[in-house]
Amino acid sequence: MSQPKIIVVGGGLAGLSATIKIAEMGGHVDLFSIVPVKRSHSVCAQGGINAAKNLKGEGDSTWQHFDDTIYGGDFLANQPPVKAMCEAAPGVIDLLDRLGVPFNRTPEGLLDFRRFGGTLYNRTAFAGATTGQQLLYALDEQVRRYEAEGKVTKYEAWEFLSAVIDDQRVCHGICAMDLRSMAVQTFPAEAVIIATGGVGAIFGKSTNSVVCTGSAQSALYQQGAYYANGECIQVHPTCIPGEDKLRLMSESARGEGGRVWVPKQPGDKRDPKSIPEGERWYFLEEWYPKYGNLVPRDIATRAIHKVVYELHLGLDGQPMVYLDLTHIDRATLDRKLEGILEIYEKFVGDDPRDTPMKIFPGVHYTMGGLWVDFEQRTNIEGLYAAGECEYQYHGANRLGANSLLSCIYAGFVSGPNAVNYSRNGMKSAPAQQVYDSERKRQEEINAHLIKNDGAENPFLLWRELGDTMTKNVTVIRYNKNIRETDTKLVELLERYRHVNLSDRSMWANTSFAFARQLYNMLQLARVIAQGAAMRDESRGAHYKPDFPERDDANWLKTTKAYFAADADEPRFEFEPVDTSLLKPRPRRYDVAS
Amino acid sequence: MANSKSVILKIKRQQTPESKPYWEEFELSYRPGMNVTSALMDIAAKPVTRQGKPTTPVTYDSNCLEEICGSCAMLINGQAKMACSALIANLKQPITLEPFTKFPIIRDLAVDRSVLFENLKRVKAWVPVDGTYDLGCGPRQSSEMQEEAYPLSNCISCTCCMEACPQFNDKTGFVGAATIAQVRLFNSHPTGSALKKERLKALMGDGGIQECGYAQNCVEICPKELPLTKSIAAVGGQVMWQAIKDLFRT
Repeated sequence: MSQPKIIVVGGGLAGLSATIKIAEMGGHVDLFSIVPVKRSHSVCAQGGINAAKNLKGEGDSTWQHFDDTIYGGDFLANQPPVKAMCEAAPGVIDLLDRLGVPFNRTPEGLLDFRRFGGTLYNRTAFAGATTGQQLLYALDEQVRRYEAEGKVTKYEAWEFLSAVIDDQRVCHGICAMDLRSMAVQTFPAEAVIIATGGVGAIFGKSTNSVVCTGSAQSALYQQGAYYANGECIQVHPTCIPGEDKLRLMSESARGEGGRVWVPKQPGDKRDPKSIPEGERWYFLEEWYPKYGNLVPRDIATRAIHKVVYELHLGLDGQPMVYLDLTHIDRATLDRKLEGILEIYEKFVGDDPRDTPMKIFPGVHYTMGGLWVDFEQRTNIEGLYAAGECEYQYHGANRLGANSLLSCIYAGFVSGPNAVNYSRNGMKSAPAQQVYDSERKRQEEINAHLIKNDGAENPFLLWRELGDTMTKNVTVIRYNKNIRETDTKLVELLERYRHVNLSDRSMWANTSFAFARQLYNMLQLARVIAQGAAMRDESRGAHYKPDFPERDDANWLKTTKAYFAADADEPRFEFEPVDTSLLKPRPRRYDVAS
Repeated sequence: MANSKSVILKIKRQQTPESKPYWEEFELSYRPGMNVTSALMDIAAKPVTRQGKPTTPVTYDSNCLEEICGSCAMLINGQAKMACSALIANLKQPITLEPFTKFPIIRDLAVDRSVLFENLKRVKAWVPVDGTYDLGCGPRQSSEMQEEAYPLSNCISCTCCMEACPQFNDKTGFVGAATIAQVRLFNSHPTGSALKKERLKALMGDGGIQECGYAQNCVEICPKELPLTKSIAAVGGQVMWQAIKDLFRT
């Protein structure tokens, strides 16, 4: 059989799992990544990966996992692919176990499972509190094995700039930039899989890694790919505010019994340990007695916002609340949560085993993303997407520990589909001129940028972008403010034309690469903001006080943005959600459902 | 230093792999919680030296900023460290930043550390599964086994241990502690041990485990506190047994 030649862009869990499947099926992969793939953002995932293995005698099932995921996502996800993912999950865990992931064990030597938000079952397999790191390494090792066998060629320190698309709207490869020589080059392929992660950098500081700019998705959107449910952005309730980023404090802290509280008395200056039980307010436990501290993230985030901004009970007047683990014994904490407790210790300086942590919500996950069909195909033939960069599995809110699963699963779907496309349906390669003209287009953008003579600093423009997006397009959304943000985005795009790089060299020029990402961030920010302005309802992470209820009659539909090149702005279409398996019902975590 | 209002950084810079290095000084205003990566971001936002001379943003590797991706390793006040977890308040000023010295320089503080990934290839640091199709669950393992393996699997490939090792240099070609720890990890895995012999053979001879001079710098410098010297001792024993076995077999 022929050896299909596939390009995978992105070396996180989705990209690596797609790569492994392709190599296993006899294909060859050119794997592109900005950073060495072992340093991809998937390493940051902490708490675990969901699968209804039902090893705790609770009667858990893949159907229940499916139901929790759809309900947690407030019925915005198309149901068949989510069901397929939940059914595949136990097999994914088995595979990871075979690959050597050091999952925590029960005394009998079986995999241990813990609880996570939005479910009543112990469904989350975990490797300490560094599960993402352990999973990524296991896949990275298998890819290295295929690399040694010549089935994978890595292009690390290369950045995706665009897809090579012919006049029949078929994708035949990519155009990428070497981040050392800054040279632009095209690479042919029979199919391309995009696995480039989330868009956290659009919000300035987030829990995401530096490379999570959404630049690749935005470039593709500007080339004609649909971008779906852009307005669905998850703000994680428990992060450690920092100078350079917001560091995640995993939901597993609550899964292992962590409790969120504030002193009942505003501005209470006492040491938290000396505040008696009766003078603490465990507001999540009071408001949501059934799920308590393990309500889904959107619910917990809004509760913390309310406590801080409406009830003015933030710690010492600051936007922070306590996340308390001090009632749990040290040995248990070390065995199950050490990785995340170390992060707090290292970056804050306090030991969370001794003193409650101070936390606040931060932008965390991109539920929206490139539109794909159930086969992970975008609307551009030959172009696939998998992982956080696409929109398929989480609806309007992602449940904790479902992201690692969706990334691996989508990689496992997209890889074989790309191979089959290459073997059966692929259109013949286009003329060289198609590649040359795309390369020229990118080189012209670069030539213009490098000599541009303005007064705008790209890093400062980015700060303004992050500030306006975080302020107006995250937890609480008002149409007036969102519209102001979109106006601001237009202004920033205009000012971007006057961007001035203080570094004009053509060697490992990081501000140059950043300036290119920034343009794409600005374009995609408009998709997020305008999508949020349009959706006049509240659903999952998308919350508008002026439209506080979910409105299935008008808004049970997927937002699909496409780029209108002449107008240089997004246009929108809507698509019905496939609810063929579960009838939408009200989403209430304060009462039994 | 935590209370002083400004931060002085001295950064060793180099435009290209071939050009001459030079130093630049920066003065930034201090903010509580500031770390070396946020200081570098401040410089990018306003690339002007302490002397008022416009310059370029500093090139350095970074990604996760929470000491788990292994990107931002550099010499901070002469010591191999991760820049993200290096809090300014804990550093003596002026703070010097230099690139690692044992790896080819790319630009400024960024170096090419791909030799570690090549070494991992050389020792086959993976579990040789039959395939990724559904073959049921993995081998049953005790909590004790998991607790032995997990710390070794925490290696973030930052290469601090290699930079700090006196034996890791062009002359010896030593693979370094990080790779040896991975050999121990995969040799101890029930399925991974199938490649034990090949891994040990890769560690024999020039550049192999025998080059270790027991300086113990690796274990002291490791940001993730891997049991590196213990791993070198354990794998050293395995290599010796393998050598003896090979001797009697021939």
